[in-house]
Amino acid sequence: MGAAASARPPGPARPATITACPDGPLLVRGDLSLFDEHGEPVEPGRRTFALCRCGASAVRPFCDGSHKLVGFRTGPPPRTPAVTYEEDEPAEGPTA
Amino acid sequence: MTITAQPHRAAAAPMAGDQAAASRSDAPMRPMALPEPRGPVSAALMNLLTGPERAPVGDLAVATTEGLAASDDLLADDDVQLALFLMYELHYGGLDGVPDSWEWDPRLLAVRRPIEREFEGALRRTVRQPLAARDVPEALFALVGDDDGPSLSAFVERDATAEQVREILVCRSIYTLKEADPHSWAIPRLHGHAKSALVEIQADEYGGGRADRLHATIFAQTLRGAGLDDRYGAYADHVPVEVYTSMNLMSLFGLHRRLRGAIVGHLAAYEMTSSLPCRAYAAGLRRLDFGEDVADYFDEHVEADAVHEQLAARDLAGSLAEEEPDLARDILFGASACLTVDGRLWGSLREHFERGESVLRKPL
Repeated sequence: MGAAASARPPGPARPATITACPDGPLLVRGDLSLFDEHGEPVEPGRRTFALCRCGASAVRPFCDGSHKLVGFRTGPPPRTPAVTYEEDEPAEGPTA
Repeated sequence: MTITAQPHRAAAAPMAGDQAAASRSDAPMRPMALPEPRGPVSAALMNLLTGPERAPVGDLAVATTEGLAASDDLLADDDVQLALFLMYELHYGGLDGVPDSWEWDPRLLAVRRPIEREFEGALRRTVRQPLAARDVPEALFALVGDDDGPSLSAFVERDATAEQVREILVCRSIYTLKEADPHSWAIPRLHGHAKSALVEIQADEYGGGRADRLHATIFAQTLRGAGLDDRYGAYADHVPVEVYTSMNLMSLFGLHRRLRGAIVGHLAAYEMTSSLPCRAYAAGLRRLDFGEDVADYFDEHVEADAVHEQLAARDLAGSLAEEEPDLARDILFGASACLTVDGRLWGSLREHFERGESVLRKPL
């Protein structure tokens, strides 16, 4: 990948791997070329990148986190909460 | 306000090439100039740091003991938080005019210790302790999913004025001009998969081998493009206490090996709450006709943090919890602390703005 590739030490190519994230994108690592629907090369801009698989990203083919907004799930929703709190004392409402 | 083009900026387009790289690094930002004291503790500290090198620390020790005793909310204590920030800054870029020997002076560390103890105590009392029902990554995603406070980024996207945006950039400058540094302290304290994942994230934060793409450097370009000063600490006197509390939280977690779970959890929560807000920030900046050089930082973080959140939650925090199960609790505490402390900071900004008030202690 362009500039970052030139910073890499010389050596054998890194094999491409694609990791499916639960309820999230496809994480891509390794040496490969990416092309858009017109056959034009797409530059990921980073060594490890995430491909959208929910269809809602505004920066497709890359992920922008929109899967969380649209409630994208790759499996059945859990029957019980994933997180509990030790003691439910009042706390500040967190914000992004 | 006037927004001017910055002829010296390195590269407006993300992939403009290596030729423009490294024309500007973050080196000129440091060390930061000492700010004005905000009370007796920070005054005694600055007095000590700028005095003779072997001067006794007694006055600072007394001021600190009294300051801690008098503080009713340490997370909102301007004086103590600024003093702690300056003590920590000795480990980062340093303080202008202050000898480097103070960094590891055991007498200064002995004064810092009770501040840190009280600070951590206040955090443990204030921040809810989450527990993972099944595994840590799933719990982290649920934790940030529960985070439904009023959003500053949505306010920026739709309602903020250019002046309010500049105040936000000023408040971000204390951390973002050394973005990723507090989490890097954890690298030698981790092993195996967790270490590899942290380095994978940090390499991206530090530009993947391109000095002009260091996130701190991109943010410096954002500041300049918005007509602001990009020197480190330029707005140290302007920012509200919550900025220092947020920064000190990271330094406390990062500088103590004991708290390596918490700094990992902090990074995870930070990355997991960044992509969509950054998209909203970028949209708000364009609505207000800020230049592409200003929006670049936020554009970069939309895609970068969509990757980082997966790496941080699964490969970093998940691996660490598997390798050191006793740290699971602190990983989730660190994440919860990030959401609470930063929630206070950005929520406070939004409240000020909605009342039509400035959040800064003095005008820009």
